[in-house]
Amino acid sequence: MAGAMKMRATLGSGYTDVRVLMTHPMTTAQSNQPLHFIQNITVKQNGKAVVEAQISQAISRNPVFTFRIKGGAKGDKIEVSWLDNKGETSSIEAAVA
Amino acid sequence: MNNLRRKLVGVAALLLLKPFAALAAAWNKDAFGAKTPQDALKGIGAGNPAPSNDLAIEAPQIAENGAVVPIEVSSAIAGTTAIAVIIEKNPFPLAAQFDFQNGALPYVKLNVKMNETSDVRAVAIAGGRQYTASKEIKVTIGGCGG
Repeated sequence: MAGAMKMRATLGSGYTDVRVLMTHPMTTAQSNQPLHFIQNITVKQNGKAVVEAQISQAISRNPVFTFRIKGGAKGDKIEVSWLDNKGETSSIEAAVA
Repeated sequence: MNNLRRKLVGVAALLLLKPFAALAAAWNKDAFGAKTPQDALKGIGAGNPAPSNDLAIEAPQIAENGAVVPIEVSSAIAGTTAIAVIIEKNPFPLAAQFDFQNGALPYVKLNVKMNETSDVRAVAIAGGRQYTASKEIKVTIGGCGG
């Protein structure tokens, strides 16, 4: 199953730390299953894109990423979304704690 | 009546979703489809990157499980706008590219699959120039069959 996400956004020293977990099979061309993997990830801070990622089938199953954004404040709205090679998408939103 | 209404709502929802799918962000098919590290580098516009000590790769020297190898890449090169990760001996070497803007720091931590022991290469793009660093990670059990 692909879809569910978890995220934690916290304040570090001088930056916002964003840890996000995505539920996705991330199957490869080498496996016996149909190729199914996330291709695009967008991280937004208060509605503005800060990280745009393109990823391949070489990212581990149920991907986990950590990103950092300079500065930031408690309550900032962080949103992470993904799009896979079958056109499926998912997103999650949280306030910086 | 209710059924028809449900169907119509469903069709409307599909029509609404379609344009979003069409807006799909770009995915660099050529670079991700490259089968050699050189072609992957060319694909991301970094055919001949300069070695840099300001690009750090944190990763285990030995990864027992190639299906989940944690890698942390950070760039101290001023003006870094992108970081790419290339696993030289994977069937498709380019693993990911991250573009940073609007205050995102040139830092990323990710888990990758490694088919076998390989150099892992990070590439940073800063002010139109390309920089690189690499680190060998030994893999006990390959992880590309997943």
